[in-house]
Amino acid sequence: MIVVVDYGMGNLGSIMNMLKKVEAKALLSSDIAEIEKAEKLILPGVGSFDAGMKNLSTLGLTPILNKKVIEDKTPILGICLGMQLLTKRSEEGNLPGLGWIDAETVRFKFDDVQGMKNKIPHMGWNTVELVKASKLFNDMYPEPRFYFVHSYHVRCNREEDILAKTFYGYYFTSAIIRDNIAGVQFHPEKSHKFGMKLLGNFARFA
Amino acid sequence: MLLKGQGLVKTMRFKDPKYVGDPINAVRIFNEKEVDELILLDIQATVDQKSPQKRHILEIASECFMPLCYGGGIRSLDDIRIILGLGVEKVAINTYAVENPSFVRNAAHEFGSQSIVVAIDAKEHSSGKYEVFTHSGRVPAKLDPVEHAKTMEEMGCGEIFLNSIDRDGTRQGYDIALISQVSHAVSVPVIACGGAGKLSDFGDAVELGGASAVAAGSMFVLHGKHRAVLITYPSLQELKEVLQ
Repeated sequence: MIVVVDYGMGNLGSIMNMLKKVEAKALLSSDIAEIEKAEKLILPGVGSFDAGMKNLSTLGLTPILNKKVIEDKTPILGICLGMQLLTKRSEEGNLPGLGWIDAETVRFKFDDVQGMKNKIPHMGWNTVELVKASKLFNDMYPEPRFYFVHSYHVRCNREEDILAKTFYGYYFTSAIIRDNIAGVQFHPEKSHKFGMKLLGNFARFA
Repeated sequence: MLLKGQGLVKTMRFKDPKYVGDPINAVRIFNEKEVDELILLDIQATVDQKSPQKRHILEIASECFMPLCYGGGIRSLDDIRIILGLGVEKVAINTYAVENPSFVRNAAHEFGSQSIVVAIDAKEHSSGKYEVFTHSGRVPAKLDPVEHAKTMEEMGCGEIFLNSIDRDGTRQGYDIALISQVSHAVSVPVIACGGAGKLSDFGDAVELGGASAVAAGSMFVLHGKHRAVLITYPSLQELKEVLQ
């Protein structure tokens, strides 16, 4: 059973529906007992970094998540803000992140980029280029593209944690993975067949 | 997709709505066809002075595996807040943007320009001049679409959804003159709508009209001169050929 952690950030209808569509058993919950029993976890999220960390704390979820992910090595997939929360800190806020990945979250900066008319946030479909193999992208369609909406992106301190990159003014890390912990900056639940393939892989292989 | 009550409809020059099906079914089919983005417009909300049908929007948004923009009856920041919270990526404001332009500024400030689309419906007069209409094409606004688009850009809208009332449902091609006038007057992306009938129309809207994006309704939903209902969508390859 996959537990999609409900910490009050963003509407989760599409995620639950896509999981249903790929025939993954999933439950939306903020209940510690249910999270404890999860075989896998998804940490979604739309909103600001501090609001996310604050909500996790207020709901008392941080300890159980730490136990499940760090001690029990439960596979977890962070989506959008969820991926950013996996890092140590963010330029967007003051609170520390979960810190499971040696990385920080920074704002898009285009001062050094010549002729950059691109705006912030990065919003729209964009190509995701894998830098290493992963079961998450098993049998993925050629030239995978996903839907992005974000103003901040993750910067990994360890190159081996980078799973995929995407170009928006410059290359930024669009997916990360380290052992049982993975994160994607894009929204699989808004990326039809590409998202379904990824979530299906997470359900089957992680 | 045009929503009237609970059902999807297609119009002809903004008149004679013809029922084409259930929105949830349509969304499921568009999911399969890998549509880039869906725009759902409730064409009855403002006319009936009703606020957006939140439960229905939630149902539709939950089924949508691609980004969704909702428009219809949006008149307050709370409306927008609620709709964005239902899993909708963007909102489109039409009538109220004409009645109260600074609402667009407030909305863009509160939610970010990227979430705020201004929809402009325009009709051509025999003089060759265009006029903006509100209330689903019923009320002349005494406003030139180019002037209105410029004002909306100043207010901070993220995109302009430009619809030709005359071409709507006709599948005779976009109104390139209208699209061109507006696209060249603003820097925000303009989404062309109204009249698409064949793939090459998409190329024309972009290359000749200067549109940043193209939208179609009847072309994907009705077929033949008897307007039979059949949902289709071109393949990625076909789209690449006309839009690259």
